[in-house]
Amino acid sequence: MAWEIDREKCLRCGACVSVCPELALNLKEEGVLHDADRCTSCGICGRVCPVRSITVVK
Amino acid sequence: MRAFVKDSYDVVVAGAGPGGSRTAMKLAELGHSVLLLEKRQEIGAPKRCAEGLTLTAVDIMGDIPQNCKMREIVGAKVYSPDGNSVLVHYGKHGGYCLERKQFDKWLACEASRAGATVLANSEVTDVIKEGGRVKGVKARICGEDEIEIMSSVVVAADGIESTISRKAGLDTTNSLVNVDSGFQYEMSNLHMEDPDKIILYFGNDIAPRGYVWIFPKGKDVANVGIGTALSEKSAKHYLDRFIESHPEIFKDAGIVEVNSGGIPVGGFLRDMVLDGFLAVGDAAHQVNPIHGGGLKEASVAAEIAAKVIHRALMEGDVSHDSLSEYNDLWWKERGERLKKVEKLRQVTEKLSDKDLNMLAKSLTSDVLIGLTRGSKMGTLAKVLMKNPRLIGIARHLF
Repeated sequence: MAWEIDREKCLRCGACVSVCPELALNLKEEGVLHDADRCTSCGICGRVCPVRSITVVK
Repeated sequence: MRAFVKDSYDVVVAGAGPGGSRTAMKLAELGHSVLLLEKRQEIGAPKRCAEGLTLTAVDIMGDIPQNCKMREIVGAKVYSPDGNSVLVHYGKHGGYCLERKQFDKWLACEASRAGATVLANSEVTDVIKEGGRVKGVKARICGEDEIEIMSSVVVAADGIESTISRKAGLDTTNSLVNVDSGFQYEMSNLHMEDPDKIILYFGNDIAPRGYVWIFPKGKDVANVGIGTALSEKSAKHYLDRFIESHPEIFKDAGIVEVNSGGIPVGGFLRDMVLDGFLAVGDAAHQVNPIHGGGLKEASVAAEIAAKVIHRALMEGDVSHDSLSEYNDLWWKERGERLKKVEKLRQVTEKLSDKDLNMLAKSLTSDVLIGLTRGSKMGTLAKVLMKNPRLIGIARHLF
């Protein structure tokens, strides 16, 4: 299981944070932070991303 | 900047968007000690907004300074999928396209003038709870080490991410069906036929469930964006394709700003409060589900929130039951209507392009405006029910 974000693509808008059911994502000034311990790789964050910067591999 | 902050407040507001700033301002005006914290380095930036404000919302805002108003808008031109358009007249005073960076800063300044302590680059990192009740927040003031600040009431106005509420124990996670994906450019050197109107483009191939907008901020400058349901392709993909297919507007254009964001388009919460805690604006999904606008909703909710918190503080009872008046008042004033608009959204997203073309030909400007405000559902149902295939769908309106 892997969660990856393309930081060049990411616009730091927080859309992914809002839909994460596990509170595994956090929007900081430097970008989206991912908490691997909380993440269940559901992939919801990747679907809502307006620029498709997130890849989740189950 | 630690010196700016006291150990305890009547109210701490997390997030200095319109909902947060206006709640803070109103409560400070009423004489309460208020701390308004914004995690971003700059209040108002980056924006996540099409920047349109209709007159009904302008009335609530009061005297908006000139530097926030980029252009006066007199109406809308709405394109159906077949390329036909309907003109919607807003009447004498339509509204404005704003500069959100100026506008949000103005609102924060107003909160500050009213007596609230306003601090950017100051993130609320956690909520302090004692015996199940919210008692304050942990925060990094101006990026410094985390400190604890006590507060009788904490207001979460932290936007779509809505992490503060969830940390406090109020589940505001929105379902994927109630979130749209938004993407937007500010574009220059456009060839706009009528830069006094906003332009909307509908169609399942253009923007599934949503629309593409062009909101003029000047004669040749506009906020050009898209809000769309989640699909195989990204919001950016749809917007770029739209721009490429309209060289008559965009062939000489430049891009001066890029933004994106999630848009709550439903999933209203029956309960938006906890003991010593309340959520406003996008954080509480208070957005119009058909057009995705949240400025007016956040402002109305802020007004109600401030009124209820004021009463609760005066009575010395900030329990869930006491603050729950906010739920009652909001649902009465906005929720019931917005719930109807949510149903309208659920109906329209089932319609084919052919159906949308038919609607554009059948509905008047007044009906279209009414629908976005949660009325005229009967008129829409009648039009839909003329087609036997749409009778079942029309029933969902009620």
